[in-house]
Amino acid sequence: MKKLLTVLSICIATISAAQPGDRFTQAMKRNMAAFDTAFARTESLVNLSNSFERIAMAEKTQWLPYYYAAFCQVNYAFMEQDKSKTDAIADKADQLIRVADSLMPNQSEISCIRSMIASARLMVNPMQRYMQYGQESEQHLRNAMAQDSSNPRPYYLKGQALKYTPEQFGGGCKAAKEFLQTAMDKYAGFVPASELHPAWGKPQVERLMKECQ
Amino acid sequence: MAHKILLLLVGIYIHGMAWSQVVISGRMTDQKNKPLAGASILLKDTYDGTTTDSSGYYSFSTYETGAHILVASLSGYNTFSKGIQIGKEPIKLDISVKELITELKAVVITAGAFEASDQKKTTVLTSLDIVTTAGANADVVGALKTLPGTQQVGESEGLFVRGGTATESKIYIDGTLVNNFFFSSLPGIATRGRFNPFLFRGTIFSSGGYSALYGQALSSALILESKDLPDRTEADLSLSALGIGGGIQKLGKDKKSAWGFSYNYTNLALAFALIKQRQDFFTTPEYHQGDANFRFRTKSGGFIKYYGYASWNRTGFRFADLDSLGVKNAFGIENLNTYQNINWRENLGRRWKSYLAFSFSTNKDDINNDLQDGDNKSLSGNLPSWLSGKQYAVVTKSRYAQGRWVLEKRFSGLNSLRIGADHFYSREQTRFTAFTGQQFTEVFQDNLSALFAETDFYITNQMAVRLGSRLEYSQLMKRWNIAPRASLAYKFPDNGQASFAYGLFYQNPESRYLPTVNPDLGFARAAHYILQYQKISNQRTFRAELFYKDYDRLFKTATGQNGRQLVAGNNGYGYAKGLEIFWRDKKTIKNLDYWVSYSYLDTRRDFLNYPGSIRPPFASSHTASLVLKKFVLPWKTGFNASYTYASGRPYYDLAFDGSQNGFVIRDQGRTIDFNSLSFSLNYLPNLGKQNKKTFLVWVLSVNNVLGQNQVFGYNYSFNGSRKEPILPPSRRFVFIGCFFSFGVDRTQDAINNNL
Repeated sequence: MKKLLTVLSICIATISAAQPGDRFTQAMKRNMAAFDTAFARTESLVNLSNSFERIAMAEKTQWLPYYYAAFCQVNYAFMEQDKSKTDAIADKADQLIRVADSLMPNQSEISCIRSMIASARLMVNPMQRYMQYGQESEQHLRNAMAQDSSNPRPYYLKGQALKYTPEQFGGGCKAAKEFLQTAMDKYAGFVPASELHPAWGKPQVERLMKECQ
Repeated sequence: MAHKILLLLVGIYIHGMAWSQVVISGRMTDQKNKPLAGASILLKDTYDGTTTDSSGYYSFSTYETGAHILVASLSGYNTFSKGIQIGKEPIKLDISVKELITELKAVVITAGAFEASDQKKTTVLTSLDIVTTAGANADVVGALKTLPGTQQVGESEGLFVRGGTATESKIYIDGTLVNNFFFSSLPGIATRGRFNPFLFRGTIFSSGGYSALYGQALSSALILESKDLPDRTEADLSLSALGIGGGIQKLGKDKKSAWGFSYNYTNLALAFALIKQRQDFFTTPEYHQGDANFRFRTKSGGFIKYYGYASWNRTGFRFADLDSLGVKNAFGIENLNTYQNINWRENLGRRWKSYLAFSFSTNKDDINNDLQDGDNKSLSGNLPSWLSGKQYAVVTKSRYAQGRWVLEKRFSGLNSLRIGADHFYSREQTRFTAFTGQQFTEVFQDNLSALFAETDFYITNQMAVRLGSRLEYSQLMKRWNIAPRASLAYKFPDNGQASFAYGLFYQNPESRYLPTVNPDLGFARAAHYILQYQKISNQRTFRAELFYKDYDRLFKTATGQNGRQLVAGNNGYGYAKGLEIFWRDKKTIKNLDYWVSYSYLDTRRDFLNYPGSIRPPFASSHTASLVLKKFVLPWKTGFNASYTYASGRPYYDLAFDGSQNGFVIRDQGRTIDFNSLSFSLNYLPNLGKQNKKTFLVWVLSVNNVLGQNQVFGYNYSFNGSRKEPILPPSRRFVFIGCFFSFGVDRTQDAINNNL
């Protein structure tokens, strides 16, 4: 009996001791599971971003919660219909991704988010903003490809950008397909470093490929 | 037993957790009690927290106990944090935060100013708009003439703004005054600006009430800001019916420095052979222009830019003399101009910035007017005085230098303070050779010093005030002036904004009316009052402006010894008032971008040799422009058109009347209304060809497509018996050319500039 109690208390103690790390994984997984539903409404995206940010601020040294908070914010920026609000949201995303970048420099995934932030800013007024943000977005994608050649997401983002560019300007499905196919090939061989690492994008590429059939 | 204990333990554990869970809730609002949605609420250093709902409410539960810090944050607002003690009872905490004043939300001080920029949010035009406006022929000022406030003066260059003369508008590049922005004046022909519009990334055209950082312009300031670093290395080549040009821009590998140069040669021989000119050109207009630059980023994030320009040009043409039949004036001019500008902006730390600039320019005009007979031979023998005065040569050599230093401090919010000093040196030497061979040399020199300060103060995001003042001393007049300026801007909840601007503006006399015989001469003065409403939203811009301008102490002239008009006093006066409307819409009609501007102007003045207060000959009552731009993707072609209308301008025959010892109006009238339709197209054949290393743009432009009659005024003979209309040199003008860029694929630029 005493033995059992000792074992139990040791067990509990161990569980308690292990809890912070475990709690991090659990909280992250719970948030990541909410991605599918969160994308339906901007409010839930903001909720989710705040939730990731809370984890980020409590943990302080983990880049992934900052990364996902920025990921939510940049998607929010794309979803926001009132373009006069986009810059403020992009600023927030940028602030978050910069912290992620300082914790984990030269990350291909982080470069992808930075490219998306520049694209979101570009969309506010493509005519006026191309010279700055179009090139910035492009440059971050090039960085992302260079930082990790096995990462499919920069190819997905590039393909997506081309698909929505008019054919007369060198865009369209034909030009996009080349990148989307590369992205598909890379998704096939892609294994995230952990279950918490980014793995998004494949269904979107499949959808784009289908639209380009 | 063991199982029971385990269950018990787990039970206690779970119960304990449930029991210690505390709910924290409340509502978050701004200082006006407006609910704030989407704000993040959290317990510092824990995962616990939530997001406020659309009514600003929040609620979350936590297992934490003891002392914690609750943090509430929302971008655009102050962050709230407060220590709380978590016990057993639920906590209710309402949060109120203050809105931060940010560039994204704050009102912008815009009264009187039109801004063309690629980045700022309040801009009405982009840099590209300036080069794709039909009729402007890629001339900065040409494009500005489609905006409200400007006059359609076709017989001379410059910006005539709100009842002011062209000399009342001053042009600045990177803070320094440009004295010879336009090519030298020709009789009855408007000349172009010297500078390539692609040099500039930002343009502020102020039609009144401009900043205390600038002075010596009674009407208007055109403030041009040169580009920092080019986007990439490239080489350009242009070929047209008017000439050839080329240049290189090299961007350093680290993207922190760049250098470049360009050269252009223009010769109008071919154009004039195809398009008949009213004047008989004996020297075809010919221009050599070169420029060079270097730019680099300093270690502490500052920037140094140098731009140097030199040009040589000549023109000569004959036109009939009004005073005697069969006699022609043969007017020739040779011009050499240089302009150098170096400026350095630097971060000094503690949110102080320094802007230091120097410019130096020289100009030499060598003008010759010869009277010739029907066979183009010089007249000789004794000529009557009213003819001999037209046979002369003038050589004008000018030197200008300016130094300028501005310090800027940014405070919290968007509040800022700018203080600075300016010093202008100018020296103009004119050597006049009369028909008799007699020479007169005159030297005019001035040192003008100025001190200025200006502050932007944001009371809330909705309301801002700009207060400034400028103190000037002119050595020429040995006088001081102090010019206060003030603007107020208020933003409505629907993003519309109203602004008011007031300012006093002083100006020295033009050197051509100097020297003066009056030792007490003072500055000419104008007071501006401007009321503006502007709303920019969703690809649409609406702007309306009411203004009143009070001119005081304008210069009056008297006839000097050699018949020249010289400044005699400050007893001139006048006013200008009006209404201006601007509407730009890129949304209503898909892929069509258009703007409309309308100006109503009521102005009268007595100045120079005017016999009294009259409506000046450079002022139309009604001016309107319609500008259209459309890019047709499948054709890879941009179509631009513009239509400009201006009601007829008054003209006068001012003649000296000895009995009144002054000028009288011998004849007067009103010109026909001005109408002009211009058209241009840009064809980009390589658009979208991937990895094409040469980018090509074809440009075709036609001014006054319909060939409508345009009369800019009338010239009178000395005795007033003959008058002749001042007409444009040709009814239409056609330009065709192509521009190559090498080494880069510019497809992306074209896409985004035209989508």
